[in-house]
Amino acid sequence: MKKTLMLIVAGVILYACGQKTGQTGDNAETPQKPAVTEYDPQRGEGKFTNVEISERLDAQMAASGKQIFDLKCSSCHKLTDEKLVGPGWQGVSTKHKPEWIMNFITNPDAMIDKDPQLQAQLELCLVRMPNQNLSDDDARHILEFMRQNDGVQ
Amino acid sequence: MKTIQYIIGAASVAVALSAAQSCKPKSADTAISGDAAAKTYVAPGKYDEFYNFVSGGFSGQLSVYGIPSGRLLRVIPVFSMDPEKGWGFSEETKPMLNTSHGNVPWDDLHHVQLSKTNGENDGRWVFVNGNNTPRLARIDLKTFRTAEILELPNSGGNHSSPFITENTEYVVAGTRFSVPMDEVDGDVPINTYKKNFRGTLSFVSVNQQDGNMDIAFQIETPGVNFDLSRSGKGPSHGWFFFSCYNTEQANTLLEVNASKNDKDFIMAVNWKKAEEYLKAGKGRKVKVKYAHNKYSEESHTSTSEIKNEVVVLSSKELKDLCYFIPCPKSPHGIDIDPTGEYMVSSGKLAALIPVFSFSKMIKAIESKSFEGDYNGIPVIKYEAALYGEVQKPGLGPLHTEFDGRGNAITTMFVSSEIVKWNIKDLKVIDRQPTFYSPGHLMIPGGDSKKPDGKYVISYNKITKDRFLPTGPELAQSAQLFDISGDKMQLILDFPTIGEPHYAQAIRAEKVKDQSLKTFKLEANKHPYASRGEGETKIVRDKNKVHVYMTAIRSHLTPDNIEGVKMGDEVYFHVTNLEQDWDVPHGFAVKGASNGELLVMPGETQTLKWVPDRVGIFPIYCTDFCSALHQEMSGYVRVSPASSKVALVGNTGTNLPAE
Ligand SMILES: [Cu+2]
Repeated sequence: MKKTLMLIVAGVILYACGQKTGQTGDNAETPQKPAVTEYDPQRGEGKFTNVEISERLDAQMAASGKQIFDLKCSSCHKLTDEKLVGPGWQGVSTKHKPEWIMNFITNPDAMIDKDPQLQAQLELCLVRMPNQNLSDDDARHILEFMRQNDGVQ
Repeated sequence: MKTIQYIIGAASVAVALSAAQSCKPKSADTAISGDAAAKTYVAPGKYDEFYNFVSGGFSGQLSVYGIPSGRLLRVIPVFSMDPEKGWGFSEETKPMLNTSHGNVPWDDLHHVQLSKTNGENDGRWVFVNGNNTPRLARIDLKTFRTAEILELPNSGGNHSSPFITENTEYVVAGTRFSVPMDEVDGDVPINTYKKNFRGTLSFVSVNQQDGNMDIAFQIETPGVNFDLSRSGKGPSHGWFFFSCYNTEQANTLLEVNASKNDKDFIMAVNWKKAEEYLKAGKGRKVKVKYAHNKYSEESHTSTSEIKNEVVVLSSKELKDLCYFIPCPKSPHGIDIDPTGEYMVSSGKLAALIPVFSFSKMIKAIESKSFEGDYNGIPVIKYEAALYGEVQKPGLGPLHTEFDGRGNAITTMFVSSEIVKWNIKDLKVIDRQPTFYSPGHLMIPGGDSKKPDGKYVISYNKITKDRFLPTGPELAQSAQLFDISGDKMQLILDFPTIGEPHYAQAIRAEKVKDQSLKTFKLEANKHPYASRGEGETKIVRDKNKVHVYMTAIRSHLTPDNIEGVKMGDEVYFHVTNLEQDWDVPHGFAVKGASNGELLVMPGETQTLKWVPDRVGIFPIYCTDFCSALHQEMSGYVRVSPASSKVALVGNTGTNLPAE
C-alpha cells in the first residue's frame, strides 16, 4: 500500500516536471510552473551534460558535419567571423563549451528564451535560430566540423 | 391612418406569437439548456476529443473540425484548386486534377469514409468521392494531404461512394446517373434509357501497405440511380448493400417520374461471390479511358497515368451475385447496425423506416422466397427479408447512424428533426428539432462495429436565421448534440464550408501522434531540389529557365535574378530548408497568371511563370514566417528577347552598378 502511494507521488512529481512552458501548445491541463532549476550558462539546457572530445580531430565526423552544414546551416552562417543572418562560425568552438553548442543547436527555442548571450544575440539578429531537427549524431558531427573550422587538426 | 397601421401591426404580432407557441419548439431559446457551453468548451491550448472530417460539398474540399469545440482545424484541398495552398497551381500538384476529360479543377465532394480495420476506424486514410466527374480520392492522415485520385469509367456521377468494407479491402463507387457504357456509341436518343443506359458498381481494391487504389472489377447493372451504400460487417461481411431509386427508369422530370413506384430497391451484392467469378475468368474486359493520379511525398511530385481497361461482371448473367429487396419509396440511406444483422433503409418519401434482417435475407435466398425478377435479378419478397418497421418516425427519413447502445438515430429532412429509436423494439425514444432540414448525421464511429456514442452531429442544408445575415447566402451549418443521456441535447451550432454533406469522426489519439511535422531534407528526392543553399543555381534549357531556389528565415536564394527574356518560361523550384514544425514559406511573383506556392519544411514546389512584359518583377514570401518576413523578397529582371544580359542569380551581392 505504501509502495503504491510512493509510486503515485513520484508519478505526480514527474508529471509536474514534464510540463513544458515553451511556445508550442502543449495541451497542459493547467499551466504548471516550471521546476525551479538554475540555468547553467556554461552548459546551456538540453540533453547533453558531458561531451567527450579528444585533442585530435575526428576527420570522418567533421566531414559529415560539413555535409549537414551545407544542407541546413550555410544559408545563415558563414565560416568566417562575418555575420550573415546569424553570426559567423569562426571561433565558436573555443568561445562555447561543447555541451553548450550541442544543446543550443538541438534545443534552440528553450535556450534562446533563457541564455543571456543568446538574448543579446537575438537583439542583434532579430531572427530566432530555427530548430533544424538535428539528431544527436548530427549535433556531434557539426561540433567536430566547427572545431575543424577553428583549426583543430 | 397611422392608428390603423398600428393596429394591423399589433394584430400580426399577436398572430405570429400564437403561431409560434402552437408549433413545436423552433427557436434556439427553447432548445438550449444551461450547461451547453461547458460541454463544448475546450480551453485555449487544449485539444479536442475528436477529429471531424466534413465534406465540403460543392467546394470540392474536405474540412477538418475539432469536436466538441467546432473549431476549424484545416481545409484539405482535394478535387478543387486551392490558391491558399498552391493546390492545382504548382507544377507538382497539377497532374492530380487530370482526368480523361483533361484538367477538371473542381468537383462535388459528398461522402467521407475513414479507413477501417476489423470494422473500426483505424486512422490511416480518409476516402472521399467526387460526384460530378466520377472520382475517388484518398487522403493520408500522416500529412492531411490528398495522396491519390482515381477516375471511374462507365459512370455518370459517383454518388454511392466511397463506402468501404470492414478491413478496407474495397472502396465502392455506384453510379448515380446511369449512362451508356463507355465502349458503345453513346450517341443515342435519351429516351432509350431502358435499352441503352447502364449502372455500374465499381469495387476498388486498396493496397494495405501504401493505400494505393486499383479498380478490381465493376458490376454492370440495369439502368437505375444508385444513391448510397454500406458494407456488411461481422456476420454480413462479404456483402454490400446499395440503395437505388428511379427503378421506373425515367429519363426526364425525375421529380415526378422516378417517384411513381410504391417500392424501389435495396440491392444486395455478394462481393465474395464476385471475387470467385473474377478468379474463374467470368469477367468481360471492357475498353475504357480513365486517369489514375498519385502524389509522392518522397519526390514531392505527382504522376497521372491514363488507363484503358476494366473487368466487368454482369449482374444479369452471373447467378447469386446480386439480389433486390423491395423498399418503400425512393430509399436514400442504407445503414448497417454495429452487429451487422440489421439493415436500416430510409425511403425519403415513405412515412416509415423498414429494418431488414440479414439472416432473414439469407434464408429467403436459400428458400427462393422471390416475388419475381427485375431485369434478370431476383427480387426477394419484402416480408421475407423484413425485420420490422419503425412507424411514424417523422417526415422524410434520410440517414441513420448508431450509438452502440442498441439505438439508431435518423435524420428527418422534411420535418427537420433527428429521431432516436431502439433497434430491437423499433420504438421511438426521443426526437429533437434541427435547424433546418438535416441531410446526413454523424456519430463518431457511428457506421462501425464500435460507435463512440457521446455526440451526434446533424449536417443541415438550410441555415436561414441561425447566424448573422451575410446577404442572400449563409454558411451551411452543423449542430452538435450530446447523446450521452436519454434525451438528445443540442449544445452547439457551427458554420461549415460548402455543403457539409457527410462526415466522419475519429478519436484524436488515433491520429494526432502519427501526424508528420516536417519532411526530411535529406530524404527530398525532388528532381529540382536544392539540398542546401550551395546547390542553388539557374539553368537555361532553350526558352525554359529553371531556378533552383531555397527559402529559409528570412531570405530567398537567389533573390536577384537577371537574364530572363521575353518568350521564356520560368520555373521557380523552391526548396524550404527549414526543419521545424509549422514553418512553411510561400512564394509569389507579380503579375503571374498562376497562384502562389506554399512550401512545407523540407519540401520542394515549383511555380511556372511566363513573363508578359519587360521590367523588374518583385518576388516574395507570402506566409508570415519571422520578424524579417517583410524582408524575404527579391527581384527578377526581364529583358527583351534579343537582349544579351547574362543569366545570373545571387543573394547578398549588393554591388552598385557603376
Ligand atoms: Cu517566409
